This record gives sequence, structure tokens and C-alpha cells, in this order.
Amino acid sequence: MTHVALFALDATSQMDPTTGVFLIASVIKMIAIFTLVMVGVAYTTFAERRISAWIQDRHGPNRVGPLGLFQVLADGVKNLMKEETYPGDANLTLFILAPAIAFIPAMLTWAVIPFASPLPTPWGRIDMVVADLPVGFLFTLAISSIGVYGLALAGWSSNNKYALLGGLRASAQMISYEIAMGMSTVCVLLLSGNVHLTEIIKQQSTMGWNVFLLSIAFFLFLIAAFAETNRVPFDLPEAESELIAGYHTEYSAMKFSLFPISEYAGMITASAMLVTLFFGGWDIPFTQWDNTGDFTVLKTLLTFASFAVKVLFWVFFYIWIRWTLPRFRYDQLMSLGWKVMLPIALAYVTVIATLVLALDMAGLPRDWRFGGAMFAVNAVLVVLLFFVLDRGRIVSPAYSRLDKAAVARLRAVTAARAALTTGEGA
Amino acid sequence: MAVKVKEVERPISEVSYLRATVSGLALTLKHMFDPHKVTTQYPEQRWDLSPRWRGTHRMLTTEDGKAKCVACGLCPTVCPANCIKLVPGEDEDGNRYPLVFEIDEFRCIFCGYCQEVCPEEAIHVGRHYENAEYSRDRFVYDLARLTSQTHAVCEMWDPADPKGE
Repeated sequence: MTHVALFALDATSQMDPTTGVFLIASVIKMIAIFTLVMVGVAYTTFAERRISAWIQDRHGPNRVGPLGLFQVLADGVKNLMKEETYPGDANLTLFILAPAIAFIPAMLTWAVIPFASPLPTPWGRIDMVVADLPVGFLFTLAISSIGVYGLALAGWSSNNKYALLGGLRASAQMISYEIAMGMSTVCVLLLSGNVHLTEIIKQQSTMGWNVFLLSIAFFLFLIAAFAETNRVPFDLPEAESELIAGYHTEYSAMKFSLFPISEYAGMITASAMLVTLFFGGWDIPFTQWDNTGDFTVLKTLLTFASFAVKVLFWVFFYIWIRWTLPRFRYDQLMSLGWKVMLPIALAYVTVIATLVLALDMAGLPRDWRFGGAMFAVNAVLVVLLFFVLDRGRIVSPAYSRLDKAAVARLRAVTAARAALTTGEGA
Repeated sequence: MAVKVKEVERPISEVSYLRATVSGLALTLKHMFDPHKVTTQYPEQRWDLSPRWRGTHRMLTTEDGKAKCVACGLCPTVCPANCIKLVPGEDEDGNRYPLVFEIDEFRCIFCGYCQEVCPEEAIHVGRHYENAEYSRDRFVYDLARLTSQTHAVCEMWDPADPKGE
């Protein structure tokens, strides 16, 4: 650890790097992040299979290599060796392009996510984020919605009605939940006063994590993130029981494989966004040591570990939810998005805006005291949501249940039609 | 045409979604850490076969290694699937022996009548189930193969001891 101390003492190690160093460092970071996320994706698929097996009292794939760890290699080789089939009358250009369009945005978001505290080197301080965009958060919102083009185009170019339905569902779902997602993150922006992800992390390290300060926004973002990544209970675009395999029905071999890969990459990305916006990013809890003073190599490593643990937990949570909840019906999905999440998000933005304004006018400094006041209000709101509003009518996706008068009217119409067609009523 | 639909009154005021989700998560987590997994890890762990398990056949031999079969012809006669091919032969001492004894395991229905009917306790169904082969004709077991197999044989149902106690 002597070199760590050396770096910390070296004044140049805390300075901004030169352009050349910046470029080289960016390339290295790109390669490192891409590799890490791809390996992460491979092992998330493996984790999904093992965890689903454990939850169902099975063992899961445990044959290839120790604990089945080489299963992902076997899967990869299998997918590369398989025959590619192309459906007749498919739009081949789009058919081939669609998996790439689905895959690229899921990876692109990683460009702006800070994954550790800056690293001091003899050539200057290197930010542990591929591109420290000042508009980082808006960039993620813009990029994440491009992914749906891949799904919609895959469905459309396949010349298959099930695939088309899957693609349409994907786009409808994405539009519905993007609004709730955007609204829930407005609260985060209100609190940090910035769209720069590094600033959002800094705000959380002083005030406390946003999950405590903006609990309802966290719930909404979590649910919307599930919908955005097309994961159970919102995997309507590939609902096997209705649509065979949805938008990727006609795909085979590695092109098919790119869709699950992009789904898992999207999962990891959504988890990283969740951690960045609500769980303090690379902030280590219960200590200010990582945020104050000079940056050191040790701090970089520990904060990266902290970030990784948080992201992995949320990836696990995705898997956990998948093997707990059944899939929604389509009308339930839509009513949850438009009639439940959007109004709650709008009401919450109003509450939080008022609260921030009130606390600022009361003269509370923006540190743990501000956070504490926010936390108290949010605890009340969470209790309200979980125990008062969550009574089958307001929060439940089954909210779309018809009332009795409407059911009676529908029955009368159906009976009249039946009478016409069978001649019973004549 | 008029289909009656039963109306179910749900206690809407008590139904929760978020809390029910949380309790569902708790249940799946409990199962995840439950060490009791039901899968038999096949090549390492094996299922205990019943003593009356009827699998692929085996021909028992005398001490000098010859098949006990005397080619009486009872087993091809009793066989409901007609899967036993027997050509009897006779040596210079007048002892009958099978010239050809073949069992088509594809046709066999593993009823065990051959074992039951055999006066010499020669043909037996075996307590054995790993029968994979690379070609179909390997499933016609000839006499050499039937005598060379070593797996345990079925204990037939005993009317005096119907429950096998």
C-alpha cells in the first residue's frame, strides 16, 4: 500500500489530466466497462437460471465446470454454432439491424454512470466515469428509450403477427412507463438541482440517500424500470402464453441471443441508474471518509466495490421478482401505468417541490438536517401508500376491474348480440 | 347460449398489492435458501429399484457357464408380445438346449411371464434400466448377451407373501 500513500501525497495526482491522458484513459475505461458489463450479462443469465432453480427447489445448471460456472461459455458456443433462419418476406435489413438497435442503447447508458470515486494517477486525476456529461441524466433518459426501436423493428420486420404484436406492446409499454419514470426522477432533480450524475451522487453523500428522502419516487422508478426493461411482471412483449415469444419469435442463433443479452444489459444498466439516483452511487454508507479529503487508489477500489455490491443486489432483486410475481394482464399493465403511477408521481412531485421550498424558507442547511426532515415526511407518505392507499382500489393493477353497473350493461349488450346471431330472440 | 357467470365478491377493501408482493418475496426467498432440493443428481445419485422391478432380461447359467435353458418352448408360448425367438437343439445325449434364443427388447412389454413360466429358472427379467444403444438392432438380445449380463434379477411376486414382507 506504499504506492497508495505516494499517490495521495503527489500534488499532480489530484489535478485535471491533459488531453492525451484523457483520451487514453477514456479508451481504457470504455474497454473495461464493456468487458465488465458483458461478463456481468453472461453471469446474470447464469444467476437467473440458478436462482430460479433454487426458488423452485431445484438445482439448476450445475454440470458444466465447477458449480456449473462454464455454462455461459457452453451457451455462447451453442448460440454461435446454431443455424440462422430468416423468415420469408421479412424485411432483411431491419431484421438484421433490430438486435443491434436493441443492444446498443442498453450499453450506451453506461457511458455516463459514475462507478467509483476519481482515481489519482501520476498523470492527473481520472474520473471513474467514461464520459462525465453535464447533462448525464437527460442522456440516460434519451438513450434508454431508443432501445424500444429495436424491439418494435424486430417485431415489424419479422413478417409475423405475434412478433408484430410483441413489438407494438413493447412500444406502448415503453411510452406509458417512461412518463411515470420521468416524473419520479423529477423529484431527484428537484433535490439535487442538477442533472449531472456526479452532482446527484455528491448531493446524496451530504444529505443522505435519496431512497430515504424520496421513497415514493424510488418505488415508482423501480416499477417503471421493470417495465422499461420488459421484465416480469411486465414482460408483455414476449408473453409466451399469448405471443409464442413475442418480438423475437422469428429470431434464431446469435441474433436471438442478442435480445436476451440486451435485456440483461438493460437490467444491469437500470440497476446502475437506480443505484446512482437513489442509493448514493459509489457512496459508501455510514461514513464521510470516501467523500472528503484527497482521492486515493484505495478509495477508488472501495467505492467501486460499494457500487458493484449495490448494483448486484438490484440485479438479484430483478431476478427475485421475476420468480415471485406472475405476469400482468395487458389492461392491468396500462391501468397501472396511466391511472396509478402517473397520478401518484405527479402528486409526489408537487409534495416534494412544496417540501423543498418550505424547508429552504425555514432556513434548514442542505445537509443531514434537511435530509432528516425529508425522511420524516417520506416515512409518513410510505405508511400512507402501503397501509391506506394500498387497499385493492388504488395501487393494485386490478384497479381496472369494472364496476357492477358497467358489467351489467356489457352483459346486456352481449346477450342482445347473441340473440341476434342465434335467432333465439326473434 | 346464455352462459351464467358466477360473480365473485372480492374483499376489495382488504386486498393489498404492495404488501402481498412483499410477503411473496419473503416466501420465494425462504425457498431459495431451503437446502431440501428434490432433484436426484442422476449419475451420482441413483434411485433405489424395487425388488420386483422388471427390466431387461438376463439368462442364468449353470456352473459350467452354459445357459440353464432347456428349450422347452414355454416362454415363447406365454409371451404376450411374441418377442422371444427360440430354436431348440438336442445334443448326442438327448439333452435339449437353445440353438437360437433371442429377445427383442423393443417388442417386450416387461410383463415377466417368461420368468414366471420358466421351469428351470433360466430366463429372468432384471432390475436394470440403463439400456441405451447406438443402433436399433442392438436391442435384439441374443443368447450370448443374455447370459453375459450380470445385473440383479427380479424377485417375482409371491402369492404367499403378497406385500413382499
